[in-house]
Amino acid sequence: MTTLAVPHTGPRVSATRIIGRTLLLSFLVCLGIVVAYPLLWMALNGFKDNEQIFGTPFSLPRHFSWANYVNAWNHGVRSYVITSLLVTISSGICTVLISAWTAFGLTRTHLPGRPFILALVLGGLMLSPTVALIPLVQMFQGLGLYNSDWALIILYTAFRVPFTTFLIRAYMIDLPAELDEAATIDGATDSQRFWRVILPMCRPIIISCIILHVLFAWNEYIFAMVFTSGSDTTTLPVGLALLMARHSTNYAEVFAAMTISALPIVVVFFATQRYFVRGLAEGIGK
Amino acid sequence: MKAAGSRAIGKGAGVGRTDASTGRLRGRAREAFRQCFSFRWVAAAVIVLVWFVYFPIVDNFIISTTRSDIYTGDVSYVGLGNYSRLLHDKVVWSALWNNCAYAVISVIFQVFGAFILAGIIESLRSDFWRRFWRALYFVPSAISLTVTGLLFYFIYQPQIGILDAVMRATGLGALIQPWLGSEHTAIYAIIAMSQWQGFGYSTLLFAVAIQKIPGEIFDAARIDGIGPIRRIISITWPLTREMTGLMILVTITGAFQVFNEVMVMTGGGPNNASQVLGTWVYQQGFIQDDFGYGAAIASVVFVATMLTGAAHLWYTKRGRVSW
Repeated sequence: MTTLAVPHTGPRVSATRIIGRTLLLSFLVCLGIVVAYPLLWMALNGFKDNEQIFGTPFSLPRHFSWANYVNAWNHGVRSYVITSLLVTISSGICTVLISAWTAFGLTRTHLPGRPFILALVLGGLMLSPTVALIPLVQMFQGLGLYNSDWALIILYTAFRVPFTTFLIRAYMIDLPAELDEAATIDGATDSQRFWRVILPMCRPIIISCIILHVLFAWNEYIFAMVFTSGSDTTTLPVGLALLMARHSTNYAEVFAAMTISALPIVVVFFATQRYFVRGLAEGIGK
Repeated sequence: MKAAGSRAIGKGAGVGRTDASTGRLRGRAREAFRQCFSFRWVAAAVIVLVWFVYFPIVDNFIISTTRSDIYTGDVSYVGLGNYSRLLHDKVVWSALWNNCAYAVISVIFQVFGAFILAGIIESLRSDFWRRFWRALYFVPSAISLTVTGLLFYFIYQPQIGILDAVMRATGLGALIQPWLGSEHTAIYAIIAMSQWQGFGYSTLLFAVAIQKIPGEIFDAARIDGIGPIRRIISITWPLTREMTGLMILVTITGAFQVFNEVMVMTGGGPNNASQVLGTWVYQQGFIQDDFGYGAAIASVVFVATMLTGAAHLWYTKRGRVSW
């Protein structure tokens, strides 16, 4: 099809096209360097000692020693990682389950007052943690959950349910109604319909939601700082800031801690990239 | 054949699977009960949202009309006192300005810039390279703002930072500033880091939106001899309008909730020059222990996000393009 246009426009166009392509490609490459180099610098600085960090910022480390990484791990990063893992996994399970139930209720049952509930859930998208911060602190102090993992698990769930429901609902609404009818004829109850039919069919979007939630919970800062900074158990982002304040002279160790914090999430992203993009494509833009 | 048959039977089942002997009324009552019983599916979300999201937001307005004594803990009603104090607080105004600068710069880079970048990436022929660039640019968005904030704190540093070294090497040494140490540059240095961190996310979303445009439209345009730039302006841009609107909404509301990077990089300093509304809420509410005043500042964030949401609603109502 394109060959039709080529003889018509002549070789001059293809010359400008080649120049244009080269320019675009070099733009992409330069931007790639701007993105990748600082991250590489961070990881490499974790292998250096302070003297090298100050003296030769651009050079490779003289010898790759894991000492900084080991020290950072032993100086608190291990406990931050454990807390982060616990909070991320628990809140992820809660969020995805509650959101899938809600999406099911909103799209595949004859629930009275559906528009109202939909508005209530999706309205939550517009409400920000900053605005609720002060009342929530007072509330959690009253509940006796201040300075505990529970505070973070509850808050991450509450503030992520609207977005997760929004994604799962957009996916569920497109599943054919015949599925439910066939299941009902076969004598399935609502619960069986959810667990055996609808939920398994939503697997792609569920996986995307889990990834998005992991990205959020692993990196969240404001709640983690306000609700757990006074306790021994802090998540990685808050722990890193603490480490920075405590060991601010030992830069190499801070760099190592930052790399330890960033690496798992980057690996998770690359490992699940395909699902992630597909889920976003199917969930958003409907 | 299955579909037609099941639909007929399914309808019968929906009305109420009662024996002929049972009354119609009883069947209907049971059906109504069954419908209400399906409320259990949404109950968890409704409870969690009302308890931990909606109620605190309402409570925030109540708290903002009070003043609590730090020493005795007595709470007294002061009406709009905190709000009139707000109007005379210079830091609130500079924080609001910083949030607005955040919003404007982020929309330029993370919406319009990301749109163009996504257009360039999606115009590549090789599937592998498209996926490669999208993934590479996304990496900073996967990393926490605490890490990227600390990373740029070091990059901006005069002794070990690479920014000053690069500028000196490229002959721009005269332009070097104490990036995070100067009242004039601190917030912009933070905003610059935020663009670096966030543009890949919106690029990915735009790329996804562009992929959803049917290929025939582009093929038809190509046959008509329409060049790549014109294709982006006349096809891609209007057909991703919904995504653009959504991205602008998310970016602006995000800009009014900025907290993490400012806290990590400057803590609002120097001399409160890089305070944003979020950090000022924290400073007043938790460092100064003035819950009432902190809540009043938080109300400003609420109003800003609601106004943005209303504007977005108006924008999407002006008709959507579909295919």
